[in-house]
Amino acid sequence: MIANLPFIAVAVLIGIGFAMVLLKRNMIKMIMGLGILEAAVNLFLVSLGYREGGIAPIFTSAPEGVEMVMPTVQALTLTNIVIGVATTALMLSFVMLIYKKYGTVNADEMRRLKE
Amino acid sequence: MNADVLLANLPALLIAIPLFGAFLTPVIGRFLPSIRDAWVILASFVSSVVAILLAAQVYAKGTIVYVFGAAPGVGTIPADSGGIPIRILFAIDGFGALMLISAAIVSFAVILYLTLSQSKRSYRSEFYALYLLLTAGIFGMVSTGDMFNFFVFLEINSLAASALIAYHRNGGLAAEGALKYLIVNTVGALMILFAIGLLYAQYNSLNMAVIASQISLTSLNILALVLFIAGLATKAGAVPFHFATPDAYSVAPSGITALMIVASQAGLYGMFRILFSVYGHVFTSETIGWVIIILGVLSMFIGVTMAIPQKDIKRLLSYHAVSQTGYMLLGVGVALAVLGDIALTDAFGRMAMEGGLFHIINHAMYKGLLFLAVGAVIYRTGVWNLNEMGGLGHKMKWTMIFFLIGALAIAGIPPFNGFASKLMIYESTFAFNPALAVIAMVVSILTLASFMKVFHSVFMGPQLPEYEKVREVPKRMLAGMAILAFFVVAFGLVPDLVVNTLVAPAADALLNQGQYIASVLGGGL
Repeated sequence: MIANLPFIAVAVLIGIGFAMVLLKRNMIKMIMGLGILEAAVNLFLVSLGYREGGIAPIFTSAPEGVEMVMPTVQALTLTNIVIGVATTALMLSFVMLIYKKYGTVNADEMRRLKE
Repeated sequence: MNADVLLANLPALLIAIPLFGAFLTPVIGRFLPSIRDAWVILASFVSSVVAILLAAQVYAKGTIVYVFGAAPGVGTIPADSGGIPIRILFAIDGFGALMLISAAIVSFAVILYLTLSQSKRSYRSEFYALYLLLTAGIFGMVSTGDMFNFFVFLEINSLAASALIAYHRNGGLAAEGALKYLIVNTVGALMILFAIGLLYAQYNSLNMAVIASQISLTSLNILALVLFIAGLATKAGAVPFHFATPDAYSVAPSGITALMIVASQAGLYGMFRILFSVYGHVFTSETIGWVIIILGVLSMFIGVTMAIPQKDIKRLLSYHAVSQTGYMLLGVGVALAVLGDIALTDAFGRMAMEGGLFHIINHAMYKGLLFLAVGAVIYRTGVWNLNEMGGLGHKMKWTMIFFLIGALAIAGIPPFNGFASKLMIYESTFAFNPALAVIAMVVSILTLASFMKVFHSVFMGPQLPEYEKVREVPKRMLAGMAILAFFVVAFGLVPDLVVNTLVAPAADALLNQGQYIASVLGGGL
């Protein structure tokens, strides 16, 4: 049970993230929901690579016979964090443009594209 | 440096050249603005040539596996890695080559057009830099053999595309469309990353071929497959994940929309690669095939019915893009449904697959052409509403001809390329299930009706006084359209030749999962 705790947290965070993206009308909150979703995926990746009692995956300084945590997923997580920063920054700048034009960040009050 | 070294490193150059071009474009725009346009066209031309050379090599020699960072002669699997290919590699087979050709042609034709159509706007250096980044993202997506790499290129693709949509913004509308597109695509990409994590947890590898050689149909793998299909269908803009597609396509500059068609097809590439090359022969029932067929039929039908009442000309074309994606999903879905049965695959599954793949490259050509022609009309008139246009055929004869070629191709009228691929889809789906073929034909007829209406209201009729001063667009814009029109007509005139030389190797590559695994795991430099 305790070993599965990170995965339960992942499931809860994904639920919260999706609910925020789908239900919130404030665009800043939608982007925050996306941030939570991204954190959930990152947590999932990091928990996959965790080994009980493992040490940092630095090959040259590892003592004999000690298990290391998996480095690949940590590299993936770092990459995803960088991508996430770029995505969030771009989305927030779009919200800024929309706010300048429409004076609102509420998705319902924008001039609908479809009309 | 001799030619052999260059040829051997083509897969690396495929990504390096557009990236190098992109990063140098703002510098050149700052210090040597007079040659900036020439530089961008040159960078795009060289990367297109590299892509086509690479595709030609694949057709001549079979799958190319390129291992990054390995000395020549080192295999995919280093001796001390315990049988796991730990390096990042590119694996380009027939299907990847087909996508490379379509991306190369469209990206070069569009940059010729864009350098003029955007010439009155500001901050163009960064715009072209983003354009080259989008090209690099597409090339990377269709050639990588590593799942995480695929995700990174997908994000490059989404970020560059959404920045381009809002770049030369039309009030707040463009930002709205770009924000929708980016949110939807980010959710899709995170689902794909989650699925990659699920597969990595079980097989300790990110390499598609390694995962494919060990995969079985457990419930975790089915969950991963569902996430992959949902995420990649979002990128491809298929119903029911299409809500961002029309908004984003209709507000982007027309040239960008033409390239975004190819960018969304890279999502289709990913979906088919996962379905056939990774999962492939673990499917024993028709269920997954039917899921794809239903996605396809829904996209076809909902796309075309939403397109008919539209007043905004680019929005109308965008819904048709959703509708045409349905044909590709339908063709490939039929092939997937009969994948386990060799007799049925030979009878019509192969043909359905070839029809679907042929439609991908055809759609990139004619829909690109249509968006460029409509963009030319908007460039001269500044009007987006169909009801306010009219009589433009008197002044813009070449644009009218190019639009007509694209419209006849999308409606599936011989001798244009849309007819060739649609005929293959009709015949093969009729053998599988006649109702599907009937739906596909009805959608084609609706498409024809819709385009006749557009053609009539834009180009026909008496000359309107407000368009007195409208002239034909400059030659370089026409040249961009002419390149695409050439391929629309050429592919329609000799469809057998194109299918046998370009499309059949792509279908082989997808149907033959074992060959893909063997070429990656057994190959090397």
